[in-house]
Amino acid sequence: MIRILGYADRISAAPGECIQVKVSCEGLDQYDADLVRVIHGDINPSGPGYRDAPVPLDLGGPFKGRYQPIHAGSFGVVNAKPLFPAKSSLGLQAFVFPTLPGRGPQTILSRQDPQSGIGFRLYLDPEGAAALEVTAGGEKGGVVATGAPLIAERWYLISGSYDAASGALTVAQKPLKSYPWVNDADRASRTVPVNLAFADVGAPVMIAARQSTDRPATENFNGRIEAPKILSRFLPAEAMESPLDMQCEGLAAAWDFSIGIPTGQITDQSGNGLHGHLVNLPTRGVCGHAWNGDEHCWVKRPGHYAAIHFHDDDLYDCAWETDFEVRLPDDLSSGVYAVRLHGGVEEFYIPFSVRPPRGTTTAPVAFLLPTASYMAYANNRIGLDVPETEIVCGRLIQMSPIDLFMQTHPEIGLCFYDLHNDGSGVFYSSRLRPIVNMQPGHIGHLGGVGSNLWQFNADTHILGWLEHLDQPFDVIADEDLESEGSGILEGYRAVITGTHPEYYSVGMLDSLQSYLDDGGRLMYLGGNGFYWRVSFHPELPGVIECRKSEDGIRAYAPRPGEFYASFTGEYTGLWRRNGRPPNALAGIGMVSQGFDRSSPYVMKEASRDPRAAFVFEGVEGPVIGDYGLSGGGAAGLELDATDHSLGTPPHTLVLASSERHSDLYLMTPEDMDDPAPGLGGSEAEIIRAEMVFFETPGGGAVFSTGSIAWCGSLSHANYENDVARITTNVLRRFLDEKPFTPAPG
Amino acid sequence: MSRYRITQDDLRHAAEFRADPLGMPSPGLQRVLNLLRGGPKSGKYVLVVAEPFRRWILGRLPAERGQPVELLDGMEFTDLAEAEWAVFKLRWKAHTGKDLEQEL
Ligand SMILES: [Fe+2]
Repeated sequence: MIRILGYADRISAAPGECIQVKVSCEGLDQYDADLVRVIHGDINPSGPGYRDAPVPLDLGGPFKGRYQPIHAGSFGVVNAKPLFPAKSSLGLQAFVFPTLPGRGPQTILSRQDPQSGIGFRLYLDPEGAAALEVTAGGEKGGVVATGAPLIAERWYLISGSYDAASGALTVAQKPLKSYPWVNDADRASRTVPVNLAFADVGAPVMIAARQSTDRPATENFNGRIEAPKILSRFLPAEAMESPLDMQCEGLAAAWDFSIGIPTGQITDQSGNGLHGHLVNLPTRGVCGHAWNGDEHCWVKRPGHYAAIHFHDDDLYDCAWETDFEVRLPDDLSSGVYAVRLHGGVEEFYIPFSVRPPRGTTTAPVAFLLPTASYMAYANNRIGLDVPETEIVCGRLIQMSPIDLFMQTHPEIGLCFYDLHNDGSGVFYSSRLRPIVNMQPGHIGHLGGVGSNLWQFNADTHILGWLEHLDQPFDVIADEDLESEGSGILEGYRAVITGTHPEYYSVGMLDSLQSYLDDGGRLMYLGGNGFYWRVSFHPELPGVIECRKSEDGIRAYAPRPGEFYASFTGEYTGLWRRNGRPPNALAGIGMVSQGFDRSSPYVMKEASRDPRAAFVFEGVEGPVIGDYGLSGGGAAGLELDATDHSLGTPPHTLVLASSERHSDLYLMTPEDMDDPAPGLGGSEAEIIRAEMVFFETPGGGAVFSTGSIAWCGSLSHANYENDVARITTNVLRRFLDEKPFTPAPG
Repeated sequence: MSRYRITQDDLRHAAEFRADPLGMPSPGLQRVLNLLRGGPKSGKYVLVVAEPFRRWILGRLPAERGQPVELLDGMEFTDLAEAEWAVFKLRWKAHTGKDLEQEL
């Protein structure tokens, strides 16, 4: 059981700046906190072991433990009040595309006091049928439901009305497409008291949820809602069952979700100014009922994208109160740090990077902390939700206490490897929530036989190696690259990536590319890097969007027509489908993945090229890295290789390559236009990691290993091994100012 | 999900697995593993970590998010290869009705 959790308002900060820490405890009255420098988070007894370094800084503890809840589920809120005349009638209407009808009551449009019940709500009842409740409190009012369940993933026009004069309460569902033998169109009416004072309430209008006494919202909707409207007068059923037009008399509110798609705002077009906002980032920029394939970009025809997809498991910001603030000492050296929360046997780490003071560099080399990729994998449920994980890992899935916690606490939110409860793909991932799998000491699922580390903790293999070398280094997070551009890398002779820098925004890629163009040196020590295009939100902090359009190895395919990011309007998907293949930047790009055993590299002819002599000083070869904590070899997990048709520079030297992998390694969908037998690692020649080197026109150079497992071999035999030797040789040469002679031609 | 059905011929693959449960399987063994490991999420065997890198308890995944992992009392391992072999036998029995130890 995990009894203490937390997160911070930021993931990168400079010395002298403050970080706000938010904590929740369950059954823990008191806890303490300290600041540690993360050195090596791998607790595998076969490796060098766990290491961090406490920073002598009093964070102000002990602190009183308190519980702070997480309320997942997205919805819209309108705080301005719709105007109803006294003894008002009511009309409600919306296009609705349900994705989980029958999974409990789900609200479409509501305004209801959670205590007294006074108000109205249009909703799907537990059977998935359209229902309307109008009440003036207590027994005064009633509910009417069609009794006919909606069919999932079909568009309906749902309407409801209350006639204050006659007491008629009517609800109707009209499918936009009907089928023989399928009776999902229905209307139901009953009589309730006349002149119900349902509008005499202070509650806000809520879209896709209703107010609750014990949480901000409940009975969240799963699926799409488009063009919800409120009418402050009665219209007969026939009129309610056609889309209401904007000139309709008595229109109290009419929200047009095609306005402000990148934002969290919703706009009322009735003229009454009932604008509102969205909570927990429901998905925007998705097809509405009118989408017909004519246009695939919401920017160009927003009217076809007037729907919002709500999920009962959406989560953006837990919005916890701050428990304490950490002011980073002015002389704190750049590095990866964590606030360690601890109480009794409980421990929880909240990592972040400390960058050098703004406008300065404090070391010759920068480690690029791939925080966008950490967010992409935040709280992923690959081992919990995906039954195929055991097959692709070639071994039983291990469930750590953190996994057991995630299993019973799905409210901590999803990431790009997960599906929403309704089966739709997750497009947004935030760090304003506890990220339980981003901690030193964490054991993952995909990290191979051995230590089984992934992302953050796997990257501590690099930190441990740098500390072992006593190499001063700065740490620059993805968010710094995004927000500050290439200037932030200007002063470094070399930059080092993490083991799996998979998710890049255009801003990050531009920063790195222009650093290289200006003579910088890049050590890409991982695999499957620079693969997916992500978008940071222009205003909302701590959240990225990723839509895995077209192809690529992915947990889901976005629906047709939904390949453009709602945050920015960018076309999404693989960088190789966006004219910026990783091969052009780093020489190599993703070719395969498998998560069982890793393999060694074998040196190739080009390793004897004088241009690369520095790489292999002191290295015997020809076999390199038949050991390691990440699968027992240096080439494994996710593999990259050259592809000249994808922009690998022509003068690239392939220094070494892995030669055989298990058949759990398979070709990628993007390379597999016409499947033929022999797609696995024991047969397909394309499946290999290639270690490459090339010089850049600006006098710099690139060294890439093409394997996530590479850094798991660094510490073998106390860092006395060929993998460490090669990596260190490259680092030493890259830190030497002497320009690289440009390749001939 | 695999449509493959285990036959007598697969006993040699079972023997191969027993010899090295965490090795690189032959194509024939891989086909058997795809079947045995390919079941649905609900009820899937997992190893619950009791002590990292030292001790594991066999468990089964629940059907739904939010439900706890079921722990199987008495099924405890201090060696990953042993755990793999134990689960291989359980699944073999579930698919064939036969006790692998007696067959081999
Ligand atoms: Fe990945």
